Amino acid sequence: MTLALALEQLLNGLQLGVMLFLMAAGLTLIFGVMGLINLAHGSLYMVGAFACAAVASATGSFWIGLIASFACAAAAGAIVELLVIRRLYDRDHLDQVLATFALILIFSEGTRWLFGSFPLYLDIPRLLQGAVALPGGAQYPVYRLAIIAAGALVALGLYLLIGKTRLGMRIRAGESDREMIGALGVDIRTLYTVVFALGAALAGFAGAMVGALQSVQVGMGEPVLILAFVVIVIGGIGSIKGALLGALLVGVVDTMGRFLLPQVLALFVPPSQAGLIGGAAASMLIYVMMALILAVKPRGLFAAAHA
Amino acid sequence: MLLDVSKIEASYGASQALFGVDLAVAEGEAVALMGRNGMGKTTTIRAICNLNPPRAGSVRLAGTDLKGKPSHRVAKLGIGLVPEGRRCFPNLTVHENLVAAARPGAWTLDRVNVLFPRLAERHAQMARSLSGGEQQMLAIGRALMTNPRLLILDEATEGLAPVIRQAIWAAIRKLKAEGLSILVVDKTLSELLPVADRCVILENGRSVWQGPPAALTADLQDRYLGV
Ligand SMILES: Nc1ncnc2c1ncn2[C@@H]1O[C@H](COP(=O)(O)OP(=O)(O)O)[C@@H](O)[C@H]1O
Ligand SMILES: [Mg+2]
Repeated sequence: MTLALALEQLLNGLQLGVMLFLMAAGLTLIFGVMGLINLAHGSLYMVGAFACAAVASATGSFWIGLIASFACAAAAGAIVELLVIRRLYDRDHLDQVLATFALILIFSEGTRWLFGSFPLYLDIPRLLQGAVALPGGAQYPVYRLAIIAAGALVALGLYLLIGKTRLGMRIRAGESDREMIGALGVDIRTLYTVVFALGAALAGFAGAMVGALQSVQVGMGEPVLILAFVVIVIGGIGSIKGALLGALLVGVVDTMGRFLLPQVLALFVPPSQAGLIGGAAASMLIYVMMALILAVKPRGLFAAAHA
Repeated sequence: MLLDVSKIEASYGASQALFGVDLAVAEGEAVALMGRNGMGKTTTIRAICNLNPPRAGSVRLAGTDLKGKPSHRVAKLGIGLVPEGRRCFPNLTVHENLVAAARPGAWTLDRVNVLFPRLAERHAQMARSLSGGEQQMLAIGRALMTNPRLLILDEATEGLAPVIRQAIWAAIRKLKAEGLSILVVDKTLSELLPVADRCVILENGRSVWQGPPAALTADLQDRYLGV
């Protein structure tokens, strides 16, 4: 094992973490502010990826596609919120899970109907093709570094939005006392639509960026959704800070675990078995980590003070 | 009339709490809403703000019927609520509490800070770390920042130390002197009556007596307000 390889894996872990953060930020915001469990968040990720792939292939520009992913996912989020989600806020979590699960099916079938069952492919834009040399000599794709940078920028933007703007104040006020913020003249329903659309846009943005690394296909959102739920449970439901830390933890631990566990095991068992056992153990690692964190901090790393 | 409440009834689920409340506040007037615990003062206020929309009767603000208007519309039409229990946003700073829902008008952050210098001193502190009296000042300042035509205060001095109560009453007197219309609920008659132009008494969810403070005899006090 070389240092260069470890560094490369660490960066891969960060890149996965950043993606998970984009998903988890919306999910945790929607749960924290509206008390809504949104299983269809993965569908919005898929919508973003398809919008980017379709628009990029029609216009020849990844960048226009990226803007489209943001816009389409936000629009899909706003429409879904207006038509379905706002009827769910006062319902219990089981109703929310059932209804948003139905939305997954509708989104999946709708996408299949529009684009067919074959995956789409999205090329990395020319500006971000190629690789840079890491210290230690290994080459690392520029595009993945760009994803990390974009994620960091979004995290900063969200921090400023929630922490410094009036919209952010109202969101936080709504988290602690939604009736009161309404009684002061803030239209909480519109605020909720905005928050939902914002979360959707972030998910769509993540989908578009990952779309250039993997194929764009129906069902691509659900595996990410599951990881994003692990992230927000670890981070503390409702906390953006927790989502950031949780996402980076899950991304790095998952990636490094898959890389290191087989190597560590190889010291004790024959290499062929080490790969097998190590791989299996690595895929459980984040769940073990979640269990350990919850054992010490039952409400996650940054549990919100209320609720 | 600025506020005109006529024969409203309201319920919590199946249990009815208001059975006909009439009350009015004229422009620039301070009206005391009185009655023993559980008689329906808070429910009346919640009904006016459409937090518990009345199921019968009508509420008009400057001639506009509030029926069916969500509470944020009622607030925008000019009602500033200082609710029972203060309900500051604990996870926001003092400054953020004041500006989050502010609307432009004569009341600005500077004026609120002059009215309650304590809030200026504590502007960067989280509301949850304030004392009860400071939270009360914050709740009043927050309502003023929405530039209401009518300020509604529900038990604004409840549970506060005498010095702080005096500060709150001084602020209320100042607001009245400036011509703000006020609907106020409070238990301490000695402080409430000098401020009030008129009193309305509730009993078991009904308005049973109205009149100027001077007409509120010891007899009436004993009958409707005594414990
Ligand atoms: N959230 C509630 N649910 C059910 N009943 C309530 C609720 N709040 C108040 N009540 C009832 O409504 C009546 C009026 O209460 P309230 O308006 O709070 O009185 P006041 O403010 O004059 O003390 C009381 O009988 C009280 O028990
Ligand atoms: Mg009360």
